[in-house]
Amino acid sequence: MAYFMQLLFAGIAQGCIYALIGLGFSIIFKASEVINFAQGELLLVGAYVVSAGVFEWHLPFLLALLAGLVVTILIGLLFERFILQRMIGRPVFSILMITIGLDIILRTAVIIIWGSKPIPAASPFNTISGINYAGVHFGANDLWTIAITIALCAALFYFFRYTRYGLAMRATALDQEAALAVGINIRTIYALAWGIAAAIATVGGVFLAIDSFAIDPTFGGAALVAFPAIILGGIDSISGAVVGGIVIGVIQILTAGYESHVASVLGAGIHEITPYLIMILILLIRPYGLFGTRKVERI
Amino acid sequence: MSVTVTDQKTRASSGPPRLLGSRSRWLAYGIGLLLVIVFFSFATEDWFSIVNYTLIAAIAALSLNVLSGYAGQVSLGITFFMAIGAYTAALLGGTPPTTPLDPQGFGLSFLIWLPAAGIVAALAGALIGPVALRLRGFYLAIVTLALVFIGQYIFMNIAPLTGGPQGRSFPTPGFGDLAFNQQNDYFGIALTAGQQYFLLILLVLVLSALFVANVMRSRAGRAFRAVRDHEVGASIMGVNLFEAKMGAFILSSFLAGIAGALLASYTSYVTPDYWSLTLAIQFVAAIIVGGIASVWGSILGAAFVFGLPQVIDYFSLLPTSSNSGGLTSGNLNALIYGALIIVFLLFEPEGVIGLIRRVQSLMRKTNRSNAEGGEPAEIIDLSSAPASRLDVEDAAPVNGDGE
Repeated sequence: MAYFMQLLFAGIAQGCIYALIGLGFSIIFKASEVINFAQGELLLVGAYVVSAGVFEWHLPFLLALLAGLVVTILIGLLFERFILQRMIGRPVFSILMITIGLDIILRTAVIIIWGSKPIPAASPFNTISGINYAGVHFGANDLWTIAITIALCAALFYFFRYTRYGLAMRATALDQEAALAVGINIRTIYALAWGIAAAIATVGGVFLAIDSFAIDPTFGGAALVAFPAIILGGIDSISGAVVGGIVIGVIQILTAGYESHVASVLGAGIHEITPYLIMILILLIRPYGLFGTRKVERI
Repeated sequence: MSVTVTDQKTRASSGPPRLLGSRSRWLAYGIGLLLVIVFFSFATEDWFSIVNYTLIAAIAALSLNVLSGYAGQVSLGITFFMAIGAYTAALLGGTPPTTPLDPQGFGLSFLIWLPAAGIVAALAGALIGPVALRLRGFYLAIVTLALVFIGQYIFMNIAPLTGGPQGRSFPTPGFGDLAFNQQNDYFGIALTAGQQYFLLILLVLVLSALFVANVMRSRAGRAFRAVRDHEVGASIMGVNLFEAKMGAFILSSFLAGIAGALLASYTSYVTPDYWSLTLAIQFVAAIIVGGIASVWGSILGAAFVFGLPQVIDYFSLLPTSSNSGGLTSGNLNALIYGALIIVFLLFEPEGVIGLIRRVQSLMRKTNRSNAEGGEPAEIIDLSSAPASRLDVEDAAPVNGDGE
């Protein structure tokens, strides 16, 4: 039972990271109906800048985090303003590929600047410390991940519900033309969405890095696991991204923890694909996800 | 004609566009053939390697263009079908195992395993299509992306077929004792490995290109484009959406299977993680850079995305790899590749083919202003223009409806 609880806790922590990544996808999709395939590389750039800030430039962690936030937000804003704005009204295929183009350039830039060897992850707390309770070890980094995710979600919830810009973003997502008609500046909204998503990417990247102790340039691929999370939760739903992320995280860690018991039947590494299997299942029975709007494109 | 979505507004003759075009096109083909012969006679083995890989990539790009370019179904999962083709080829054509741990193989001729690779991949497409094609746009892209990961997992775990994580060797085409990976004499003419592969790959590419071009000027091809441009419109016109999408999916899977078999065979040893998302994205990049919904675009795109990096590797003075950062030729290639995607999508969404067409029409305009009564010339020119052309503005509504 302790083993199960331990896995469950690890799964929730892992799921919070997926949720942070998924939030980035959701916010951009909600505002502009674009799935940003470069989200994973924004994560990578954020994590690298923070690590480099701490270990190469010897900044205090918070200052390094600030540097990471500034860099990713700048990349997000510039990409949105100078590239994506010109792609409005183009086929899905083209928009998808242009974010993949950004993805490739960002990853290559990281490799050129920092090399392909792993570098250590920056962390504001001692990663080995934690609390032991009822035979379960609650690691400090996992607890922090969960706490920060909850805090960020609360902040986003407040933002979308009570602030002027948050409401404007929701209005834009609901009906672009109506939003324009009531005087909302759509360009500001898109920029805001990309800025928030890029900032969340840095936070997610830092936690993902802490989770695996080191980062290397292949690290952005982890963001792909957030796709099942957002599909499960509903691609345009903020709370869906969080719930989806946690469910996927828990299922993945549980399969990883128990797959050795049934490895002869399923083969090794099934936990790598369980999120995708769940996603396909969800897409077949409920393509708009648990919390999404029922308007998914379907024949 | 029940489907009236034609790509050209004016056409001199009624009836479908000609497959190979006018006399001036034949002249172009003649020059092309001459270039091929010159290349074939004088190129070194290094160049054959570059060109052969590019030609195989062109077959795969063509396959993806059928699905994504002509029929408008975004797929990131082409490597899954390539892998199916490759492992079919390996099973049928591979050397029979000598120890129990060796992967399976029946040692059949490539005349059997090459078509079989396409057929099995097409069957896989027919099985997966009904599930995948229920979704559109980004959703389809994400499902096909999942297919790549699920495929890699499956291939990792069926060691008797794929060799597991260690990978396996793939059969070499050949006639009897004459295997293509060594120099052989055919009727007194000595051909190197590169030359033999080149002939085989070129033949397959030409056949595939003719086949695709022919399908695309038929009723089925018009249905594909109608579905891409406007699903509701197409279905009102009497196009069966499901049939059209499935047709494109199966045809695309067939070609992907053949390309996968050739690629694995030419590489000769492949591990399951070779069939990655990164490789799949390269094919998507190829059709964007080359030209969406165009046979020539697929070939040119493959040249830019797969050929150019190898040429840069070959000529650049940069180190090929480095652990500590800095610019290597691999990085330079990745940068060029990423930039090509963005630049083409921004400034020339029709790809290199679009660029060529623009230059052609510019030249035509100057010709017309020079000569008087240039009107008939224009009509002839239009009928000789390649049939396919993605009007991005036309495709835009797909983005916005169905919501």
